[in-house]
Amino acid sequence: MPSSLLWAVDVFGRVYSLSTAAQQWDQCKEAQLEFKRVTAVQQCCWAIACDHQIYLNVHASDVPIRYKEETYENQRWNPVDGFSDRLLPSDRWQWSDMTGLKHQPLDSFQLPSENWEWEADWYVDENFGGEPTEKGGWTYAIDFPAAYTKDKKWNSCVRRRRWIRYRRYKACNTWAKVPSEQAGLPDPFNDISCGGWEISDEPRGQMSLWAVSLQGKVWFREDIHHLNPEGSSWVEVQVPGEVVQISCGAGDLVWAVLWEGQLLVREGIGRDCPKGSSWVVVESPSPEVGAIHVAVGVNVVWAVTKDHKVWFRRGINSHNPCGSGWIGMVGEMVMINVGLSDQVWGIGAEDRAIYMRQGVTANELSGKAWKALPSLRDSDRAHSSASATAPLLHGQADAPKPLIPKVTSDSFISELVSDRDRREGAVSTPIPEEDQGSEQDDKAPPALVLSHSPSCGPDPQWSNVDLEEAQTHLAVGAASDAAETSSLSSVATYNLGLEEPYGPDEHPLWAWVSGGGCAVDSHSQLSWFNSSAGDPAQTAAWRKQIFEQLSERSKREMDNFRHYEQTVWVKKGTMQWWRDWKPHKWVDVRFALEQYCGTDGSKEGILFIYYTFNEEKKYLHAFINEVTILVPVLSDSKHTFAIYTPERTKQRWPIRLAAESDSDTQCWCPGSLQLALLTMSCCDSRGVQGPPSKQAIWSVTCKGDIFVSEPSPSLEASPYPMFWHQIGGHLRTIECNSLGVVWGIGCDHTAWVYSGGYGESDNQYNANVHFTTDVKSVYIYENQRWNPVTGYTNRGLPTDRYMWSDASGLQECTKANTKPPSPHWTWVSDWTIDYNVSGGTDREGWQYAADFPASYHGSKTLKDFVRRRRWARKCKITTTGPWQEVPPIPLCDVTILPCMAQSKVEQVLLWAISNKGDVLCRLGVTPETPAGTSWLHVGTDQPFKSISIGGAHQVWAIARDGSAFYRGSVSQQNPAGDCWYHIPSPPRQKLKQVSVGRTSVYAVDDNGQSRNLHYLNVYVFTWALACINVNIIVLSLLLQVWIIADKVQGSHSLSCGTVCHRLGVQPMEPKGQSWDYGIGGGWDHITVRGNSLEAPTPHSPLPLRNPEGMNGNVVQS
Amino acid sequence: MADDKDVLRDVWFGRIPTCFTLYQDEITEREAEPFYLLLPRVSYLPLVTDKVRKHFQKVMKPDDVGEMWFEYEGTPLKWHYPIGLLFDLYASNTTLPWSIFVHFKNFPQQDLLHCPSNSVIEAHFMSSIKEADALKHKGAVVNEMQKKDHKQLWMGLQNDKFDQFWAMNRKLMEYPTEEGGFRYIPFRIYQVTSNRPFIQKLFRPVASDGCPHTLGDLLKEVFPAAIPQNDGQKKYQVMIHGIEPMLETPIQWLSEHLSYPDNFLHISIIPAPSD
Repeated sequence: MPSSLLWAVDVFGRVYSLSTAAQQWDQCKEAQLEFKRVTAVQQCCWAIACDHQIYLNVHASDVPIRYKEETYENQRWNPVDGFSDRLLPSDRWQWSDMTGLKHQPLDSFQLPSENWEWEADWYVDENFGGEPTEKGGWTYAIDFPAAYTKDKKWNSCVRRRRWIRYRRYKACNTWAKVPSEQAGLPDPFNDISCGGWEISDEPRGQMSLWAVSLQGKVWFREDIHHLNPEGSSWVEVQVPGEVVQISCGAGDLVWAVLWEGQLLVREGIGRDCPKGSSWVVVESPSPEVGAIHVAVGVNVVWAVTKDHKVWFRRGINSHNPCGSGWIGMVGEMVMINVGLSDQVWGIGAEDRAIYMRQGVTANELSGKAWKALPSLRDSDRAHSSASATAPLLHGQADAPKPLIPKVTSDSFISELVSDRDRREGAVSTPIPEEDQGSEQDDKAPPALVLSHSPSCGPDPQWSNVDLEEAQTHLAVGAASDAAETSSLSSVATYNLGLEEPYGPDEHPLWAWVSGGGCAVDSHSQLSWFNSSAGDPAQTAAWRKQIFEQLSERSKREMDNFRHYEQTVWVKKGTMQWWRDWKPHKWVDVRFALEQYCGTDGSKEGILFIYYTFNEEKKYLHAFINEVTILVPVLSDSKHTFAIYTPERTKQRWPIRLAAESDSDTQCWCPGSLQLALLTMSCCDSRGVQGPPSKQAIWSVTCKGDIFVSEPSPSLEASPYPMFWHQIGGHLRTIECNSLGVVWGIGCDHTAWVYSGGYGESDNQYNANVHFTTDVKSVYIYENQRWNPVTGYTNRGLPTDRYMWSDASGLQECTKANTKPPSPHWTWVSDWTIDYNVSGGTDREGWQYAADFPASYHGSKTLKDFVRRRRWARKCKITTTGPWQEVPPIPLCDVTILPCMAQSKVEQVLLWAISNKGDVLCRLGVTPETPAGTSWLHVGTDQPFKSISIGGAHQVWAIARDGSAFYRGSVSQQNPAGDCWYHIPSPPRQKLKQVSVGRTSVYAVDDNGQSRNLHYLNVYVFTWALACINVNIIVLSLLLQVWIIADKVQGSHSLSCGTVCHRLGVQPMEPKGQSWDYGIGGGWDHITVRGNSLEAPTPHSPLPLRNPEGMNGNVVQS
Repeated sequence: MADDKDVLRDVWFGRIPTCFTLYQDEITEREAEPFYLLLPRVSYLPLVTDKVRKHFQKVMKPDDVGEMWFEYEGTPLKWHYPIGLLFDLYASNTTLPWSIFVHFKNFPQQDLLHCPSNSVIEAHFMSSIKEADALKHKGAVVNEMQKKDHKQLWMGLQNDKFDQFWAMNRKLMEYPTEEGGFRYIPFRIYQVTSNRPFIQKLFRPVASDGCPHTLGDLLKEVFPAAIPQNDGQKKYQVMIHGIEPMLETPIQWLSEHLSYPDNFLHISIIPAPSD
């Protein structure tokens, strides 16, 4: 799990962040202001500063925030000038938006705030719907508005072209003031809360920011999303009373606290209405004492009353945002915050420490107990700075104890401020903004965005700072003038200048905490609680001696006896078997695995399955050394797996076995245990040991299981039987090269890099085996039919499909009876309407059609009699595998430079596409550091979806609109290349996926119904059809063409996702001759790009050339 | 610096090379070859000797095969002791491999328990875990576990699945931080020369003044003779898992890291080799 940040503000207004990977708080040094409140999400943190303005700190990412501005230039033909900007009076503006209704010349585009910068100048877009246009980018039509084409015809009277310019958000990793364009903002802000990112679909990244003003009004920030982190404007939301504090969860929960102590719940928040529609009042948990603070998550609401008591709201869910009742909890807090996964954080009323709620899980949202975070300060720093500041503090040895403001959680800083203002007035001592003496050296000058000039603050007292006087004051104070003591103590109390406000043994006094960006779950071991630096046990002699003796013991007792047989564990048992004859069903069988040593010392084995047929005892067997693959098969109630041998692969009919599902005897995944045993036995008999070689072929099944196979030198000649064994983890795609760099992408788009470990978690070599997780969605459909009386209802015709069904309509799938794909998966969300369906939906997610099954569209017409909508629910799997996460950018495709095994490269080129469609180039990838160091963003004019890099550094990519691009000048020295070349697609085809071998380029199109494979004739840059019904294509350096085919007919059944291998591919015959059908069905992805063991060939290898020079590349064979 | 988790791994994956020889009185049809095996230290003999039985049965008449039992230098080996304990107690300081005689008749009723099936071992193993937890947490943890959790402990041991076992055993090793350790340390001290099978007493991991108790403190109270005298003469070796931890080792740490899967610290005290 990548590290994330917990944000907090101490009572002196300093902002700190604590990384889940770190062991101490990091103070935000560049913040020149004190802050009142922070509210964090994963990608940024919002804050209210003491000037009551709102500041935003966007965490820097390898992918910049780029916003595309576009405008259209329109022209009309006339016989005199040809095409010119002289338009008819009835025409649109010469410069307009796409509809032509809005006048927008190039110079009308302004940067929205000083936090943005232009990336480059305006340029003309020469891509028209996936096809390259003529130079100049004009598209032609008969008249405005009409259908545009890229070719000029005899009747083309008008033309237009699109201009593009990108602006970039530049104020990352710093506190940037959020522009408040409206002068009408009446009063300063008092509280903010950010959330709502789960209401809409991820790609846009919409977010809600709610704010409360000092007068108790509630404001909503409009239009915050990934590409517009600042939002655009404030909108007031009417409230029935004066609000003091508000909390917004990640989902659709928003609660607020009224001055009088009641609570408000916002109703009607949804995808189309993030602001919600109305308020409902909920009474304070305790009749005498009003509520003072509320914190909401996705499914929880916590509140604090004025007596610091903590309350948990029962019965909260998306249908009932108000919940049903309060439960009093243990602990006294001044404030509470709910973060990611409904994790709860609090600040203790007594000690002002930050508390983390332990044991919060989806099943037990209220958690178990409060645990205080250790103070987590660098002890060295604390000591040194304490000594450094000692002279300054010296004068107040007998001064009154530092004043800890008596805080009620509504707004203690204002109290603090007013308190201080009073004191200032009394002794007329200005407050030093900086410690001029000790900090000038290491502190950068205040950032421009932060300088609060006297004119900008609404709070004029804050700007009358006289630094000069402060300096002299401090100097005098240091001289411990008794008369100054009281005022000095006030300085020390608020401590605006001192590096370290707390003594070495004190812990910080916290005022506010925000866990909205902090991901902690039960698996992550927080390093906060086990700071081991001071643990003497780590270095004790007895400990060292135990380590030494144990390793001596291993040497003595084991090293010389490795040839002894290991004991054998389980060998017999009962299982269920999917029987071979009709009617097919699960029958109870006994199985036995007999292992013996072969004459040559190799381990052999036979698997017997004993069954009865017509009351006659029979058995079937499989020789372990003939097994090609053992595949776990998902089933919602059983642990099942399939055993393939070459013969059974040919028949497409494996031996299917299931572990007993009787819950009483079910121990720890018995299915996978027996599977593990069989796998071990197969590996033994094949002599497979240790991690996969660099040449290994990797594949992923459609269930996400990862398999690896060692290629034999004769792979090209006879690829089967290959032996596949499973590697832990769960992925969707996988890529590798011959230097052992292997990357995978999970269903949740998380990028993983192979860490060099192997096997399951249960072996001794698993230092590189980690917990891995994956999340995917399960979909069901709600179907309805129209009738003239009641409109659409869930009453269908008797012949109709189930009213709740799977996509095909054949299977009944209700919300209640749909289970996660297998017992390994657990639900992590509730059912939600999925609007992201091809064909589009209406506002409630419905798709309409004339009848089931038909093609669905997103709006109702007169001819439509049925409708359906898709519901999605997320489930999560936690496995162990040799994978290390590569945070933080989620990916959808990745490609790695294929190279010869012997070759030495300084840097392995690796390109990827983020799930938002950004093209990325990874820097610092070497065989030793396969994860690389950072992403380099490669600009594109549109989102991309597939990418592949060939043996000669040629990078090809497919954009979302189906057009193909080639990246020029990519080399070792210039890993990101210089510019994109748009290559025409096959006529009338939208490409979906591309793969590049040494010089050949293949691509798969996707026109909805069928998918076809094309290969590029690199001599003339035209595409030719190679094969139909192809899902995935993978090329290796060695002219190997592998595909995953859609439909292949076998003797027993039709199988989808069959791995096939093209035979007869030659340099001069890139099309090949025929397909060889591979290892059964059910595969999602395969990569053979690591396999570069070249069979000896009579001709010398191809010279590697740039594709620009490919035309002349003639090979003698 | 190595991780404490590595200790758990080393302990779990300890193996003793063993040579099984058929006792000369057993009647065979042809000569029985010795059988070599790496025995896991943390397991129990009947769990891992299926192959040994098969190997010797091949040369014997079915009628001559009774319940199998093992003997080392005249001592019948108790199957309900972990293998590592048997080796440390009787055979440490001997040359490897460990040479064990295999018997199929004359079962020594007075010395050994019968072991008709693995479920007997399971029952014994689980009762040890429960006893240990009664000492450590008043049985609170083990009672809170579900039946499948108990099964997971047992299956983990039976199938040599370290992670499976420790995923559950971790819970048995937890204790409240403020108390500094378990309530009592589950330990047993064995010696060859004694008539008593083992010594077991209530012993707290932390002294009344808050100092952690060490292995030396435990021995001082339970078996003072094992502590080297002032003259430096070492009369006894104190063995756990084939190693001799220093007497300064905190007993709580030992209990967490060097306990056998049954959650007991099985400590062998054997006479020091006189060389």
